Amino acid sequence: MYGIVGYGSYVPRYRIKAESIANQWGADAEAYKRGLLLEEKTVPGPDEDTITISVTAARYALQRAGIDPREIGACYIGSESHPYAVKPSGTIVIDALGCGPECHVADFEFACKAGSEAMFVAYSHVKSGEMKYALGIGADTSQGAPGDALEYTASAGGTAYIMGADRVAAEILHTYSFCSDTPDFWRREGEFYPRHAGRFTGEPAYFHHVVNATKGILAKSGMEPKDFRFAVFHMPNGKFPLRAGKLTGFKPEQLEQGWVVNLMGNTYSGSSPTGLAACLDVAKPDDHILITSFGSGAASDSFIIRATDRLPEIQKLAPATRDQLADRRIHLDYGKYVAYRGKIRMNVT
Amino acid sequence: MISPRYHREIPQRYRLEAAKCDGCGKIHFPPRKVCRECGGESFTTTNLPSRGKVVTHTTIWIPPAPFEDQKPYVVAIVELENGVRLTCMVAEAPPDEVTIGTEVEIIFRKLQSGRDWEVLQYGYKARVVG
Amino acid sequence: MRDVAVIGVGLTKFGDLWETPLRDLFAEATLACVKDADIDKKQIQSAYIGCMTSGLFVAQEHLASILCDYAGLNPIGATRVESACASGGAAFRAAYLEVASGASDFVLAGGVEKMNDGADATYCLATAADQEYEVYHGVTFPGLYAMIAHAHMHRYGTTAEQLAAVAVKNHRNGAKNPYAQFPMEISIDTVLKSVRVAEPLGLMDCSPVTDGAGAALLCPVEVAKDLGRPFVKIIGSGHATDSIALHDRADLAAIPVVGRAARRAYEQAGVGSKDIDFCEVHDCFTIAEIVCTEELGFFERGHGGPSAADGLTALDGQIPINTSGGLKSKGHPVGATGIAQIAEVFWQLTGQAGERQLKKSPRLGMAQNMGGSGGSSTVHILEVVS
Repeated sequence: MYGIVGYGSYVPRYRIKAESIANQWGADAEAYKRGLLLEEKTVPGPDEDTITISVTAARYALQRAGIDPREIGACYIGSESHPYAVKPSGTIVIDALGCGPECHVADFEFACKAGSEAMFVAYSHVKSGEMKYALGIGADTSQGAPGDALEYTASAGGTAYIMGADRVAAEILHTYSFCSDTPDFWRREGEFYPRHAGRFTGEPAYFHHVVNATKGILAKSGMEPKDFRFAVFHMPNGKFPLRAGKLTGFKPEQLEQGWVVNLMGNTYSGSSPTGLAACLDVAKPDDHILITSFGSGAASDSFIIRATDRLPEIQKLAPATRDQLADRRIHLDYGKYVAYRGKIRMNVT
Repeated sequence: MISPRYHREIPQRYRLEAAKCDGCGKIHFPPRKVCRECGGESFTTTNLPSRGKVVTHTTIWIPPAPFEDQKPYVVAIVELENGVRLTCMVAEAPPDEVTIGTEVEIIFRKLQSGRDWEVLQYGYKARVVG
Repeated sequence: MRDVAVIGVGLTKFGDLWETPLRDLFAEATLACVKDADIDKKQIQSAYIGCMTSGLFVAQEHLASILCDYAGLNPIGATRVESACASGGAAFRAAYLEVASGASDFVLAGGVEKMNDGADATYCLATAADQEYEVYHGVTFPGLYAMIAHAHMHRYGTTAEQLAAVAVKNHRNGAKNPYAQFPMEISIDTVLKSVRVAEPLGLMDCSPVTDGAGAALLCPVEVAKDLGRPFVKIIGSGHATDSIALHDRADLAAIPVVGRAARRAYEQAGVGSKDIDFCEVHDCFTIAEIVCTEELGFFERGHGGPSAADGLTALDGQIPINTSGGLKSKGHPVGATGIAQIAEVFWQLTGQAGERQLKKSPRLGMAQNMGGSGGSSTVHILEVVS
């Protein structure tokens, strides 16, 4: 049996409401909220970034795993907003956790899918017998260009998964990846904001890969949507994952628990991993969960997961995702938001 | 270029690694060569707990240059569960929220970004619990 | 050890001295001191010069050489003394010990700081605190004293109005001091409404950034007697250190290093706090004066605030504190402050304090200098000899 030994999500406290952004740019707030199915999103504080989010999420995962960090053989962080262009986020995380120095570290990127691929590789190392435990993290603090649609959704947060072969709380039964070169969303070196191809990001990009990956893993496993208690899809906005669920045969009740985007926004590499954590927080032994991520460029990774008897023992050992989502929110106005996000041109000191 | 000093301090800044005097048991953070209590010179590494309470505090309105973007911010002396005290910022705390006795947890945050080309500096801050 | 006297002092004006560089500040103070002592500067055998950080402020170290050079004191041996804001007091003590030991007869104790040549003063001053474990976390100097203030207010009920009373009293005294940087009176309201720096301290609770220098001439009492005019005798010299970080101190509502240095001075002098007629106290911040008056034994713990508010420390009060105007009104050129305190004590004891002169012919004066948030302190007790 191989799978998730410990998991943890970190949700920043700062938020900005969709209305605040709409009012700034003279847009119809209610129309945007309806169109995106989104109320507010998380904002990283000036002292937060992908690394601090990863450390916090990983500490929660360690609390649930109950293992010695030195037994973690690898640490992979997938993000679109690694703080350095050259110098990995992973080295800081392993030294903060006390995993090193005998640890393999690599940073991953693949738009919003970087988190699930870190999980995939961590899981594979454990399944191959290469190491006892491995850590895969998806975390982001991605930027949306001012006035662009993405400004409403690009948010911050992350989730960490410790994979292992013993003390498994959620067994990974199947994995499946579906990938093709699709230029729907990209950022060139040196550019501050990403760009996207408008409506092309929908059907030919997101839905093509998410639906095919989901159908692919269902076929591979011989399972049907009704076999699952929860399904989680990548959440670029509120609407896409609900539609993806419908297209692949899932019911709204199955999608609800993992659908965190309406209050959190799109945490990019943290998106579906965080939705999965929200499900793990409440899943019971033998519940099945399907998760399909999506990264522009483009590809989807799917996992089929089964909760074990150990899961209920570890759920309360760290803060739950939806508790953090609801707890002690600090709402910012647009001015504070752009200041925190470094979008204001300051004098060089 | 702060790399050598920064690297040296990682065990303290990232993991709160302290030194316990083998003679009298007093815990020093950061570690040092001579015990403040008994003058002893032999220590064992120990990690500090991550919970404590505020024993005094202030709100900084006029900060030093690296912290301009965070003003006003709260700074406190925190007494951890094992009696060791340290000084740090209290993140996400509106000025009135922190008083003497407020319970806090120690969290991992970016302490200084420096200029665009400098090394990022990470370490500990506190955050109000409950 | 021989008995040691102070036979002359000199100060420059304190303020924004745009036209005067570091080396000339010291020269000015030295010349004024030598004139006051009425000796030939060639008689000076050694010098100790207090300066906190000329290196960071004006990128100049090796002060022994450059300052003696420009003050016309070459080729004597000299030593730059550093103890943060207690540099002047520490220089004075070192000069005292050289004369007391018999090694030299005429030793200059000087202090200087040039703070206004463009360096970031907040950054420079913060080097008096723990760089790695206090300053690194965003604490400023005012921040450290603000934390002492909160602890003191929480324990003893000290109020912001009582802190303000200290600033008001010091400005009232400083208005009579021709050397002062800010010789004007202020009101309690002005202090309470001043720009917030570190809660509960506002701008008017904080001493300013200042250029200035001071010098004092020391010699054996036997030699002083031959000069045939009033002089001052050093009867107590106390010196102590404490942990650099505020969080390592046992009591956050106190500054124990001051009490420790004071006890050593009192013991040597064979006197107690009630014998002291007036005292120059290190009021880098209003709260510092309140806590130090408690440490020095003038008031019981927790009573420093009400005593200041009730006028006990005024020029005509029971124990005048900072007749010079203190660091707040007179200014705080860091390395010079300890010497400026000695100068004020000297002038009060010898009847030369002009409009600020204490009416009741003081006999014993005290000067308390302090470094950082209470990491070091010197306390000197001086007695007039007519």
